[in-house]
Amino acid sequence: MTEAAVPTRIASAMKEAGLAAFVALVLAMPMVGLYTVDEGGVLVVRTRFDWVLIGVLVVFAGRLAMAYWPATLRIPARRDAAHVAADGHFNILKFLGIAAISLAVLLPVLPVTDRYVIDVATTVLIYVMLGWGLNIVVGLAGLLDLGYVAFYAVGAYSFALLARNFGLNFWECLPLAGALAALCGILLGFPVLRLRGDYLAIVTLGFGEMIRIVLINWQSFTGGPNGLTSIPRPSFFGLPFTRNPEEGETAFHQFFGLEFAPYHRLAFLYYLILALALVTNAFTMRIRRLPIGRAWEALREDEIACRALGINPTNTKLTAFAIGAMFGGFAGSFFAARQGFISPESFTFIESAMILAVVVLGGMGSQIGVVLAATLLVVLPELGREFAEFRMVLFGAAMIAIMIWRPHGLLARRDPSIVLPPARRGAA
Amino acid sequence: MKPVLLEVEHLTMRFGGLIAVDDLSFAARQGEITAIIGPNGAGKTTVFNCLTGFYKPTVGRLTLHHPAGPLLLEQMEGFRIAARARVARTFQNIRLFPRMTVLENLIVAQHNVLMRASGFTLGALFGLPRYRHAEQDALERSCLWLERIGLVTRANDEAGSLPYGDQRRLEIARAMCTDPVLLCLDEPAAGLNPRESAELNQFLTGIREREKIGILLIEHDMSVVMGISDHIVVLDYGKRIASGSPGTVRRDPAVIRAYLGEPESDAVPAERT
Ligand SMILES: Nc1ncnc2c1ncn2[C@@H]1O[C@H](COP(=O)(O)OP(=O)(O)OP(=O)(O)O)[C@@H](O)[C@H]1O
Ligand SMILES: [Mg+2]
Repeated sequence: MTEAAVPTRIASAMKEAGLAAFVALVLAMPMVGLYTVDEGGVLVVRTRFDWVLIGVLVVFAGRLAMAYWPATLRIPARRDAAHVAADGHFNILKFLGIAAISLAVLLPVLPVTDRYVIDVATTVLIYVMLGWGLNIVVGLAGLLDLGYVAFYAVGAYSFALLARNFGLNFWECLPLAGALAALCGILLGFPVLRLRGDYLAIVTLGFGEMIRIVLINWQSFTGGPNGLTSIPRPSFFGLPFTRNPEEGETAFHQFFGLEFAPYHRLAFLYYLILALALVTNAFTMRIRRLPIGRAWEALREDEIACRALGINPTNTKLTAFAIGAMFGGFAGSFFAARQGFISPESFTFIESAMILAVVVLGGMGSQIGVVLAATLLVVLPELGREFAEFRMVLFGAAMIAIMIWRPHGLLARRDPSIVLPPARRGAA
Repeated sequence: MKPVLLEVEHLTMRFGGLIAVDDLSFAARQGEITAIIGPNGAGKTTVFNCLTGFYKPTVGRLTLHHPAGPLLLEQMEGFRIAARARVARTFQNIRLFPRMTVLENLIVAQHNVLMRASGFTLGALFGLPRYRHAEQDALERSCLWLERIGLVTRANDEAGSLPYGDQRRLEIARAMCTDPVLLCLDEPAAGLNPRESAELNQFLTGIREREKIGILLIEHDMSVVMGISDHIVVLDYGKRIASGSPGTVRRDPAVIRAYLGEPESDAVPAERT
């Protein structure tokens, strides 16, 4: 760098930082600078400009620091991962995956694990499963679906209604709920999959809302805004998790000669969603290596080239949509079974956004990235609970940080679905 | 005379008021390279788009004399033309799957064969041996083409990371992996240096001799066109202004006029970029 360049660099950095600080000021003034308090039943607006000042200074300093962040410390957003995987080097991600699965399996029996931890872990796993399901649609097939929660809702309501009206148990309902969600996927996909990119996103967003509004208004069938209560809980191969089982039934704790503990049911639910999530993952890993999976990825890369190669784009997209929806439906069934109560409020757009965030932050198409992102997105707000109102700020800041340093997601990488062994490459 | 593979009759393509292709008729023979040349905007790519189902022709009949019987391409849906009529094509601006590997690009091209062998996914999901054999065959075919285009060592690299010339050849190999009866190449020599276009000549004549398929070639590089074409069709403003062997076409006054805008030069149509 020449000597003359140094001052201009400082100047431009200052300018950038000043601009960022100004934006922060504009945003923070109403959002942080003003707050309301309840004084004898009347809401009064108060100011706290000192907080605004702190925020603006932090942004200014932060932007300045970013400009001077040594380039060498920056993490490359994308490495050429294909080489590493292909040549059979020790694969750190594989190791990470095995470690994560072992931890997940052992979690309920670890001494530090209590009801709270297992509950949060179950929520994480629901998002992992939903993320993996949506990953088929968004990450592999490249179809931006903003209404994925619709299929989650269809699965949940299918289970609740089938169980309540026909007395089917969880395992009987699960395939039906998956099939119904997949059917919805096909019905939605048929008219809209000729759209691309933003248009598809908007239509799927609309579809998600439609399902929710139908659920709210179809009182007689879905219970309307009150939702559905007393959904039967899943049992352990016919052994219920109740303290006092009904006449002629043996409860889980009686069968195994244990003291009754509500923790058993939580642990069972945890293992249930773990198993469902792992099935989703195994399925995705397998199907990626089959022609249909490759066609999905090819479609994401270039639809026109696909047509020129004789791939039927509509059918290929429909299968991706249907299979993604099916896993959403499975997760929905589990959700209903776990909660015992569902209402349309659980299936708002924010939920779709959350699932999409899991996929995008994880690194589109990356299976382990989804786990990481789901953990982060669920655990971070939990940790932030102590900060009460600043939870969402923390959450937002984390998202922004990820987008700055890992614009392709936490773990953006792609394993080739088929590799030519080194022997063949060398011998030729 | 070799048998006619493709018959284009009275093909017309209108975009609003613009007539991109105007009552064009020609035939392409099996085992021959038929070149379509003409100045920029003459309608060459539009002809390809009609042939491969990306556009529905306004008027005209496109008959492919397929081994299984004649097919009317203008009535078929885009992906079916590739799947059933087995017409393969490349694009003027390369369309590979850039983030998939070179090998995967070639495997995807064999999608329909593999899909059938996989029992539409269900069979393969449960590990049917039929699918494993089909996949092995697909791998062998891909390797064969990788060797022919000299990219075996780069099989596991992302297609988007290849140099330009390699991408062009990979796109042709990918089209060939669909096992076509007619191969349509849209400016395969664009952006290649003279050595590379000489190699391309050899590669294309190799395909013609070995596979005995018909090749349609759009090209501005006259060293390629004059060197390897058996038959040339010249377009200008959507109309056929000349056709015949390279020798005839290069002396045709209408062609010279279209390319140079003045009648007296007897030069070969100038090489353009
Ligand atoms: N989809 C379309 N809509 C409207 N006009 C089009 C469309 N496609 C092509 N055209 C027009 O048709 C004419 C022929 O275009 P075409 O791409 O076939 O030319 P070309 O011979 O391939 O030229 P080049 O050598 O530059 O590739 C041009 O005037 C072009 O603008
Ligand atoms: Mg063109």
